[in-house]
Amino acid sequence: MESNISFTLRIWRQAGPKEKGGFKEYHMSDIPTDTSFLEMLDILNEQLIEKGEEPIVFDHDCREGICGMCSLYINGHPHGPATGATTCQLYMRRFHDGDTITVEPWRSAAFPVIKDLMVDRNAFDKIQQAGGYVSFNCGGAQDANAIPISKTAADEAMDSATCIGCGACVAACKNGSAMLFVSAKVSQFALLPQGRVEAARRVKAMVSKMDELGFGNCTNTGACAAECPKNIKLSNIARLNREFLCAKFKD
Amino acid sequence: MEDIKKGNNTTAQPVIDSKIPEGPIAEKWTNYKAHQKLVNPANKRRLDIIVVGTGLAGASAASTLAEMGFNVLNFCIQDSPRRAHSIAAQGGINAAKNYQNDGDSVYRLFYDTVKGGDYRAREANVYRLAEVSNNIIDQCIAQGVPFAREYGGLLANRSFGGAQVSRTFYAKGQTGQQLLLGAYASLNRQIQLGKVKSYNRYEMHDVVIIDGRARGIIAKNLVTGKFERFAAHAVVIATGGYGNTYFLSTNAMACNCSAAIACYRKGAYFANPAYVQIHPTCIPVHGDKQSKLTLMSESLRNDGRIWVPKKLEDAKALQAGKKKGSDIPEEDRDYYLERRYPAFGNLVPRDVASRAAKERCDKGYGVNNTGLAVFLDFSESIERLGLDVVRQRYGNLFDMYEEITDVNPGELAREINGVKYYNPMMIYPAIHYTMGGIWVDYELQTSIKGLFAIGECNFSDHGANRLGASALMQGLADGYFVLPYTIQNYLADQITVPHFKTDTPEFDKAEKECKARMDHLMNIKGKRSVDSIHKELGHIMWEYVGMGRTKEGLETALKKLKEIRKEFETNLFIPGSQEGMNVELDKAFRLNDFITMGELIAYDALNRNESCGGHFREEYQTEEGEAKRDDANYFYVSCWNYNGSDDVAPTLIKEPLHYEAIKVQTRNYKS
Repeated sequence: MESNISFTLRIWRQAGPKEKGGFKEYHMSDIPTDTSFLEMLDILNEQLIEKGEEPIVFDHDCREGICGMCSLYINGHPHGPATGATTCQLYMRRFHDGDTITVEPWRSAAFPVIKDLMVDRNAFDKIQQAGGYVSFNCGGAQDANAIPISKTAADEAMDSATCIGCGACVAACKNGSAMLFVSAKVSQFALLPQGRVEAARRVKAMVSKMDELGFGNCTNTGACAAECPKNIKLSNIARLNREFLCAKFKD
Repeated sequence: MEDIKKGNNTTAQPVIDSKIPEGPIAEKWTNYKAHQKLVNPANKRRLDIIVVGTGLAGASAASTLAEMGFNVLNFCIQDSPRRAHSIAAQGGINAAKNYQNDGDSVYRLFYDTVKGGDYRAREANVYRLAEVSNNIIDQCIAQGVPFAREYGGLLANRSFGGAQVSRTFYAKGQTGQQLLLGAYASLNRQIQLGKVKSYNRYEMHDVVIIDGRARGIIAKNLVTGKFERFAAHAVVIATGGYGNTYFLSTNAMACNCSAAIACYRKGAYFANPAYVQIHPTCIPVHGDKQSKLTLMSESLRNDGRIWVPKKLEDAKALQAGKKKGSDIPEEDRDYYLERRYPAFGNLVPRDVASRAAKERCDKGYGVNNTGLAVFLDFSESIERLGLDVVRQRYGNLFDMYEEITDVNPGELAREINGVKYYNPMMIYPAIHYTMGGIWVDYELQTSIKGLFAIGECNFSDHGANRLGASALMQGLADGYFVLPYTIQNYLADQITVPHFKTDTPEFDKAEKECKARMDHLMNIKGKRSVDSIHKELGHIMWEYVGMGRTKEGLETALKKLKEIRKEFETNLFIPGSQEGMNVELDKAFRLNDFITMGELIAYDALNRNESCGGHFREEYQTEEGEAKRDDANYFYVSCWNYNGSDDVAPTLIKEPLHYEAIKVQTRNYKS
């Protein structure tokens, strides 16, 4: 049922990429539990603006869990305590009266802080640019039903393609590895006939770009899949490894 | 209201040329392509095109133009092109494939779209849209978009509102995401090849006009806070709709109309601003701290049944929290859409479903504590199909609903006399999409030469109401298959124009104006935050310019909007400085334009003395409460021309509609 709670926020504040950051505490009182976490931050920001202070900067956009823009490392978990949900889908009913809630940006060498809780995830775009596509020009496609694809393969490809590119997997990983993110895209295309043609080239290009951009190695701890807001499975990483080995053997 | 009347009576009107090609409706696009001017491959390399926006329209246009050989500069406001709000589209995309053998055809999709739009769309544009719809599906499959399939391996379809065939292709409840990621992938390939330069976290502030042609933009780098200049041979705006004028909408937080308003202030006509879509199935408003509304896909209406109690005392008990939806037995439920519209039932178009919900709630039958909600119930379909099948279709939507409201719609609540009652969802209409937009001709060119508008940002295809699963279709049609052709007709005589420099007086002036606007906003130094003023704007818009509009209400709205502008101009407070990132300053820039947009919507709604599609004037309805059009007087596109200042009413210019293929009649979803 709806009720109001009061709690303390410990929020990471950092004026810019090169500035030294630190935690700052804010007390929040009488917040209705049906307020979303980001709406709670909106309320805090309104209060800060009223006092003439600069509001806390954080990334957010669709607020329905699909754009992948929101981030936040809340009480030691990317996207907070809820499973299978992004920060924007997190509601205050998950917290209790008197709690202290710690909010940090994604921590990863590949995701430098821009300001406060906002980080630069451009590295993810660069990995996709290295090979996350089917090389095909608009206009020349055959009829959509010309190649039947089994429902199982299509559904599995869809599950992989569900990745929203938020970066929670990297934030969750003690090595700062982007393997879950990369493997989701590699898997989607590996499972579909359209993607098979370039499969070997794709996996090599994407993995090598990932390494180049400073992401860590995968040691199969599984933290990424456990924290993924879209429940992207660890088996994608197994498929990527298989695809990668096959591609290397062919060389 | 003197100035508005003046606007209406303007006699010396510029002639509107919609450039609709000759010939019968089915041959117009073919004729156009056969006779248009093209740019040869060697010359394409010499031409630069700016595309602002990376949603379905922007990303598909940018990648396709680059594939053709043009140099593309592509801008997005978010941290990555993949975040554009097209990503949130849930239900699906229409195409006239007729894979289900249920009688679909290009003509039928065209007809349904024109009818759904309440006969206020341009016929030729809609026919072309229906024509290229099939290419879109082929294109997306080739890109590796994982659409839903049947066990035999072929593509699956479902039904959407306003149609009697199953023509909607889908990827779970995430069709927009998958289509956008497809376009984003193609875009990435072109970025890798060096044909597209991608600018993330950039916001367009102005369009630069040189000798009457759009030649560039001024964009703000949102990280450094600095203005930068970009020049090109043509500028394409693909920046989406203006739904956030209402503060609460299903649009993403950053969605705004500033790029469109910048074009409008430079002389691009703004068409049909009053046509705003209110989506019937959104999660109801829960409190005054709410930042946005969440849509529950229209696809839910395939298997969900919408109802309110038959008895007023039941509604009162629900509102007081003394009863739950599942406490009301079958015989006391009023499935009002099925009752009023037997032929289409729960699948009537969005405007009809929204108004019907409002009608019930206005009469006191609302089912939540605010009295502003109706039920969407899956009991019957769960019994018919089993929970597994229903969850397979709508599982992610059920989960989303539960996360927000703490109620699981798949949970059995009680059993009375052998009838099983599951928890119903509560829904209420909310602002979702805007059919109006920058006026464009058949070539998608605005009234400014060299300036094009595509996707939700233009007004072209949906008339007064958009059917479900048609937004994705239009965005991709414009970007993949229409603009890449039509823009060449413009660029063909630009091949001798060298790459532009940005140190011209026009760029100097434009940047100076942008900078002055920022200085002005920073120097107001009042007391109120951007959001607090925006919320107030939203309340006015929803109250007076929302689902039911009246002459008095709209006049009140215009008065109140003037007060809002004054409050904004005198009492706004922005913390921080212009150096580096300043989120509040960026929001203030957008709010300024939302106020202008709000006035435009109200002016247009006041002018249009009829009800059609998403525009419902309470004075103009039938005895049964259906929209009453006035084809004799309002069979035209309203084009609003800026008069040099936000304080002066814009001038109305009319583009008369001509229907050749379809007989204009009253919409009927009853039989």
